[in-house]
Amino acid sequence: MSDRLTYLFLGCFTLAAVAVPAMPIILARFVAPKKPGPIKNQVYECGMETEGDAWIQFRIQYYVFAILFVVFDVEALFLFPWAVVFRSLGLAGLAAMGLFLLVLLVGLIYAWQEGMLEWE
Amino acid sequence: MIDTLVSIILRAVLILALAPVGMMYLTWLERKVIARIQDRIGPNRVGPYGLLQPLADGIKMLTKEDTIPDGADRFCHFLAPVLVVVPSLILFALLPFGPRWVAAPLTTGLLFFVAVGSVGTLALFAAAWGSRNKFALLGAARSAAQLIAYEVPMVLSLAAVPMVTGSLNLVQIVRAQGNGWFLWTPWGAAGFMLVMTAGLAEVNRTPFDLAEAESEIIGGFHTEYSGMKFAMFYMAEFLSMLALSLLLSILFLGGWQNGGMVGLIALAAKAFLLVFVMIWIRGTWPRFRIDQLMGFAWKVLIPLALADLAAAALWVLMPGWKGSVLSALLLAAVFLGMTQLWLRPVPRLTTHWLEEER
Repeated sequence: MSDRLTYLFLGCFTLAAVAVPAMPIILARFVAPKKPGPIKNQVYECGMETEGDAWIQFRIQYYVFAILFVVFDVEALFLFPWAVVFRSLGLAGLAAMGLFLLVLLVGLIYAWQEGMLEWE
Repeated sequence: MIDTLVSIILRAVLILALAPVGMMYLTWLERKVIARIQDRIGPNRVGPYGLLQPLADGIKMLTKEDTIPDGADRFCHFLAPVLVVVPSLILFALLPFGPRWVAAPLTTGLLFFVAVGSVGTLALFAAAWGSRNKFALLGAARSAAQLIAYEVPMVLSLAAVPMVTGSLNLVQIVRAQGNGWFLWTPWGAAGFMLVMTAGLAEVNRTPFDLAEAESEIIGGFHTEYSGMKFAMFYMAEFLSMLALSLLLSILFLGGWQNGGMVGLIALAAKAFLLVFVMIWIRGTWPRFRIDQLMGFAWKVLIPLALADLAAAALWVLMPGWKGSVLSALLLAAVFLGMTQLWLRPVPRLTTHWLEEER
């Protein structure tokens, strides 16, 4: 199979795969009992009455880690094609990627020194 | 043309039918093993050795009421359990079970596997957002932060494999291990440990199950789920666990090697052993604390993964024992350096009652 055909297969497979979890859930809708009530349908909060809304803003710390992640994930994007041709590139290729990784490493050390990696 | 079409449909149906069955028996295995670890017997009433227990569980889940809290996003609430299972099913289409037994033989197999494997967290977030529950959103935010942290060392240490094999195709990677498993090389051993640890975090297994953490946030993202929808989250977790074990056996433990039925059994045995180790870890280790979790990923695993890349480069460029010894030394130095730096006892916060006593 060529790669293009394989991707076509994966697309069809994904659509078919939706049926595996969707079927039992929809089947359960006909089989399972349904007795909703005003107290039963409250949002669960350890048996206490629900206080306030859950759809609120997040802590800034999550975003800080997300930004760090983007840096390293883009790096991975460059790393994989390089790794495949690594043997034929020789020392020059190693030096180029080494320099790239070094810059990122300095970034990580800087973030560490600034206390960005501490979760409080 | 017709032949390939039939074989394609056959492969898809085989995977979609067998994966749920495999998941059902994994739940049975986990319950049995955990029971033995905790000095119990485990399920033994339904069928011989409780072998029909998963079926009974399935029927129970099907007949349980599906409660959706008021104010929830009902569409999101339905969509999340569906979307969480689909990527873990796709993983099985990518995995080869023999030289020719692979549903989707991609040239970029490894990269595609990693990409699909990290989609599940989006579904977890959708589940939490759809439930409109505080505990659920706490769990989902934790799960996102955790995935973000552990994705990086996982991808970095996986990149060491194509450096040596020169291919991302999983079949080619197994073929490259004809002379010896990658586990027995210094970079391979370190890479195996790194991918195993980061992988456990990616599939939300103990000791990294902070997204569920039933003792602190009552089940996390699936607090508001019941019945079949709840079962789907478990299905996704067990399927990802199985897929991770298979990937590890293919990348580092030599896969099927000789091919044929014997090879398939060998691959299954390796994967089964890894699944057993994961269950064993769940039975014995306590859960991480969130700051330990983040610190462990960014301060220990990422530097180690970078060192693993350097070790793989050394191993390739310096054939023979010299390269092996040098890369092993490099990895040991970085590991000791990072863990000793990080584990050095530093009083970080003085607790408030100590402050008042002064």
